[in-house]
Amino acid sequence: MAARGPNISNVPLTSAGRVVLRGPGATELALTVNGQAVTVQVPPRRTLLDTLREALALTGTKKVCDEGTCGACTVLVDGRPIYSCMTLAVTCEGKRIETIEGLARDGELQPVQRAFIDADAFQCGFCTPGQIMSIVALLRETPAPTEDDVRRAVAGNLCRCGAYPNIVSAGVNAGKRKR
Amino acid sequence: MPRVVKSREEFEGEVFESLVLVEGKDLPVPPAGTEFVEIAHSRRRIDGPQRVTGRARYTQDIYLPGMLHVRVLRSPYPRARVRRIDTKKAEALPGVRGVLHRFNAPKASFRGEETIFREEVRFVGDEVAAIAADDEQTAVDALRLIEVDYELLPHVVDLEEAIGDMAPRLETDGNVAEAATHKRGDAKRGLKEADFVVDATYRTSTQLHNSLETHGAVATWDGEQLTVYESTQHVFGVRQGLRTALKLPFSKIRVLCDYMGGGFGSKGGVGKYSIIASLFTMQLGRPARCVLTRDEENLAAGNRSATLQQLRVGGKGGRITALEHTSWANVGQGKWVANPTGPTNTLYDIANLSSKSYKVVTNAGSLSAFRAPGYVEGTFALESAIDELADKMGVDPLVLRRKHAASPKDPMVGKRYSDKHLIECYRIGAAEIGWQRRRRSGGIRGSAPHRRRGIGMATQIWGGGGGPPAYATVHVNPDGTVVLTTGTQDIGTGTRTVLAQICADELGVELDDVQVRLGDTDNPYGPISAGSLTVASVGPAVRIAARDAREQLLGAAAGVLETPMAELRLEGGVVVTKGARTPLSEILTKVDNNTVIGKGARHPNDPDLSLRTFGAHFAEVEVDVRTGEITVEHVVAVHDIGRIVNPTTARSQVEGGVLQALGFALSEERFVDRATGRVMNGNLENYKVPTVKDVPAKITVKFVDRPDRRANNLGIKGLGEPPIIPTAAAIANAVANATGARVRHAPLTRARVLEALAIAGAKS
Repeated sequence: MAARGPNISNVPLTSAGRVVLRGPGATELALTVNGQAVTVQVPPRRTLLDTLREALALTGTKKVCDEGTCGACTVLVDGRPIYSCMTLAVTCEGKRIETIEGLARDGELQPVQRAFIDADAFQCGFCTPGQIMSIVALLRETPAPTEDDVRRAVAGNLCRCGAYPNIVSAGVNAGKRKR
Repeated sequence: MPRVVKSREEFEGEVFESLVLVEGKDLPVPPAGTEFVEIAHSRRRIDGPQRVTGRARYTQDIYLPGMLHVRVLRSPYPRARVRRIDTKKAEALPGVRGVLHRFNAPKASFRGEETIFREEVRFVGDEVAAIAADDEQTAVDALRLIEVDYELLPHVVDLEEAIGDMAPRLETDGNVAEAATHKRGDAKRGLKEADFVVDATYRTSTQLHNSLETHGAVATWDGEQLTVYESTQHVFGVRQGLRTALKLPFSKIRVLCDYMGGGFGSKGGVGKYSIIASLFTMQLGRPARCVLTRDEENLAAGNRSATLQQLRVGGKGGRITALEHTSWANVGQGKWVANPTGPTNTLYDIANLSSKSYKVVTNAGSLSAFRAPGYVEGTFALESAIDELADKMGVDPLVLRRKHAASPKDPMVGKRYSDKHLIECYRIGAAEIGWQRRRRSGGIRGSAPHRRRGIGMATQIWGGGGGPPAYATVHVNPDGTVVLTTGTQDIGTGTRTVLAQICADELGVELDDVQVRLGDTDNPYGPISAGSLTVASVGPAVRIAARDAREQLLGAAAGVLETPMAELRLEGGVVVTKGARTPLSEILTKVDNNTVIGKGARHPNDPDLSLRTFGAHFAEVEVDVRTGEITVEHVVAVHDIGRIVNPTTARSQVEGGVLQALGFALSEERFVDRATGRVMNGNLENYKVPTVKDVPAKITVKFVDRPDRRANNLGIKGLGEPPIIPTAAAIANAVANATGARVRHAPLTRARVLEALAIAGAKS
């Protein structure tokens, strides 16, 4: 079957059901990032990770592999943890993005952040934002996780310093603290 | 008055004699049992809030206005001559601002070569050209438009192939060069006289650091001054490298590294990426950023050499009579070699010993120091061989080791150890693992009939104690808050926290009132954060600086309170006299604007002593004899590293070392295709670093925790590397104990375990 025009079967629809074609140049994109509505200009091929870091100066989310194999770039999109290096920014139109910078409120650390410090759950700290975002997502679904729950939640988050035992403790303790 | 003194320090297995500049007198060591306020107490990391909120700024997070993004074109061939480079199409791409390659780049010395873009590229990943563009994607697009005419040359990437006669000669003297030898007694005769001899060949594969933050730099030139943000373990080393490359004076170079995402030895000095970024910023007048991708990191940012090691160990009458150890290490295009025979030379008091270490050059990425370089590889071979000998002799391997591990003298250099508690480590470890449960052979039945359980152990020796030069200043502000400044780095080990503890303790202020500024060449010199020497080098200088500041503060307090200084104490930021407690801030605000500055220098080590850390790891494993899968159930790590400053961060370091060692022992292995020279798994998908699911069910961490009173004024030795050294051998010995199968190649993959099981089965 001969294709007529661009293949648009994977192109997201707007809420009105209209197909939006973007690019190849920069295009306007509206997002909610850490509770704030923002509009950025992004080329369609730019990842959410690069958009957060470069266009929005949110450098807490780290780039480690840039190919979906380490979890360092984990952020929450509409509450679900995703690898932001494997997500094109334009697919997040109108979505709610949460990053490590959005967790603390009025200078008060979020319980998972506090638990990471208390359990000494990091060394160099480069994987830490991703680990924390994975556990934040877990705690919303499972407020009192077991060690196994935490292990499953961070199984996709590599830590080269080997802080894993303390990361697991931090996850479990954060759950206890919340209760 | 400052004066020059002699010192003797050990770094990465080598001993250096040096002249250092010091001032004043060293402080006495607080004896064992001293009650400190901060030291020896677990404290949360003072930079924790920065790290858990994303506010900590790493090199990767430096974005400067107008910054150019640099990407590097790397050789796709393991050995080739770059005959011609055509960059016309790349330069025509909108957004491309600069191109560098061997035909247009200014001269820049780097590790003994006069250029950073070689005419003859020598490994897949060698730098061919670099592009600076307005954004990263444009730079990537432009790389694809560069046309290079390569003349392919014969190559060799494999260690054993490179040693052989058929390999192309990469250096005029051949591919193999002798790097280190040691001889004592008569090893040949000792082996002849032995009743039992183990003659075995061991191999270790290339391990990739995979620091989560890749190597990288952001450079900016203002026409006068070059500022370089670099992910490094040694800002002063980077400055030295930039000075050599760019011929700028030190005063015009500033190198900064505030937060750093892991290095594990690979970030010890300037990289080509920092020089490239610097050249671009100096040419184009805009800041330039060159940060490696994960793939580049695994091609061109260092690795732990693969080794081939032959050991012959003889035993008689329950003792080791002789040892011969020969090692060959694949250094790729590296200029140095780590020494796998280091532990052999120094660990046991063996009368007849001979060792040789060879460096083998290949067309693969260069080695760089990787957490206890050489010692991890060498200890795997040595401690496996000792166990094999014990097995042959029918003696308990721990009993055999004990006979040669008690000497108070370094057997290689003949000097006394400053302190040594290795036998104590053995005692603690054996009790923790339940060594008495260990059956001499055949192991214990595991959780299923096809699973066998076994126990093994291995020993570590490593340099320690740090040394000069290291300097620190302690500034006390009029409000009583303190800024501790030194040029060293915190690479994730907790240096900031530990130095703040030492400062708060000696000064008599609250820990919360101490800020630590480091990672800056404008600070007083601080050493490389490597070699397990950071705290033992800088800590004693911090203590002296804090003492100096405290004396000045008490002098000020004496004046303000009109009380003799001898009657004053400073505790928790409060000046205490017999009758009253006055906050320091209250005293200082009575004196017009002032800054109290305490200075401290690290004093020399005693050149007549040998400073070493000691330790032992015990492992209990279960082996699935049908699949070859090894499950590490329990690791006990016991170390003699002097006084522990922060038990929490110390424990974390040991756990981390054990887990990194677990990768080396079981899963981490770089694969290079021999035909094309390409790294087949230079990514985190196929190169297997341990995940949370690989963590042993139990890790027990113990310290002897006795101050080494001859090491330095704090009695600290050092901890970064010791916990990665003995784990792999302990696991291999436990596997052999469980199954009778001896795996002589790390990592102990399932295929290797199954092969060893088949050999063991065929023998029995």
